[in-house]
Amino acid sequence: MRFDGRRAVVRTSISVALATGLYGVSFGALSVVAGLSTAQTMALSLLMFSGGSQFAFIGVLGAGGAAGAAIATAGLLGARNGLYGPQVAPLLGVHGGRRLLAAQLTIDESTAVATAQTSLDDARTGFWWTGAGVFVLWNAFTLLGAVLGDALGDPRRYGLDAAAAAAFLALVWPRISGPTGTVARLVAGGAVLVALALTPFTPAGVPVLVAAAVAILVGMLAPLSPDEPTTSEHTGDVP
Amino acid sequence: MSPTATWLAVIGASAVVYALKVVGHLVPEHWLAKPRVARTAALVTVALLSALVAVQAATTGKELVADARLPALAVAAVALVLRAPFIVVVVLAAATAAGLRALGMA
Repeated sequence: MRFDGRRAVVRTSISVALATGLYGVSFGALSVVAGLSTAQTMALSLLMFSGGSQFAFIGVLGAGGAAGAAIATAGLLGARNGLYGPQVAPLLGVHGGRRLLAAQLTIDESTAVATAQTSLDDARTGFWWTGAGVFVLWNAFTLLGAVLGDALGDPRRYGLDAAAAAAFLALVWPRISGPTGTVARLVAGGAVLVALALTPFTPAGVPVLVAAAVAILVGMLAPLSPDEPTTSEHTGDVP
Repeated sequence: MSPTATWLAVIGASAVVYALKVVGHLVPEHWLAKPRVARTAALVTVALLSALVAVQAATTGKELVADARLPALAVAAVALVLRAPFIVVVVLAAATAAGLRALGMA
């Protein structure tokens, strides 16, 4: 992507922030349906601020999983944000308090917009506008979703349990579709089998963690091939 | 889970996720640039999300269950193939399950 100047970068940032922020509604609604209070839901969007981790956290708790399993699942999904840091830190060149703020805003979208720019100035503009824009809108729409979810009553009647499954499918979709996703598709299929096979025999939350352990084994031990997913592809899911 | 325990989990998980972001800004770039590290992180994300799809769509407590969630998930998959936006995918799945349940499906 090439952009002509700062205005174009800001425009891109705002459209990414709008698109991403909007599905804070589904997170907010599903979170209260999973049994969290509105305050706890907002704490997740403000403090955790990483959509995949947030959806996973409420998914494990909602299924009756223990706190430890929920924390571990959210942490494992948040690990990719740690891989974005080394990509954006050299572009931003910030220290002290601003570095701590930049870390909180280091998510899929801000990294994608920042690294797509051709000049350092545009990269910085893209990172801060996208990160701050997603943060504000994601939290605003989370609140809206939490209030709506609270008002709905029985979540099954509105198909919200199915919506949660669809949300996870939409999050993983960009990573398993397309010609480069062969290894990812195999791991996805294996994870589904492992999770379903373990569900009757283990505490809630454990099947998901064991599926991740299988992926770690495959990732570390299987030979590398060019047909691989990497986190640097920025496949564009939630923050 | 008690409200206090849920709060502790919320704070603990948020702290872990934030710590990972900070670590990314502090470690030397080459530490994480190894292809195997990037590949493993990507695959762990895929495995977690896929397992969550399965648990969310086909289990209730400790039982494997086939109910209105499965056709709803199929509708979501079709919407994704057609490149529908996230929010449309989620709403279509909810509407499918809600519609099937209104017609009497579990």
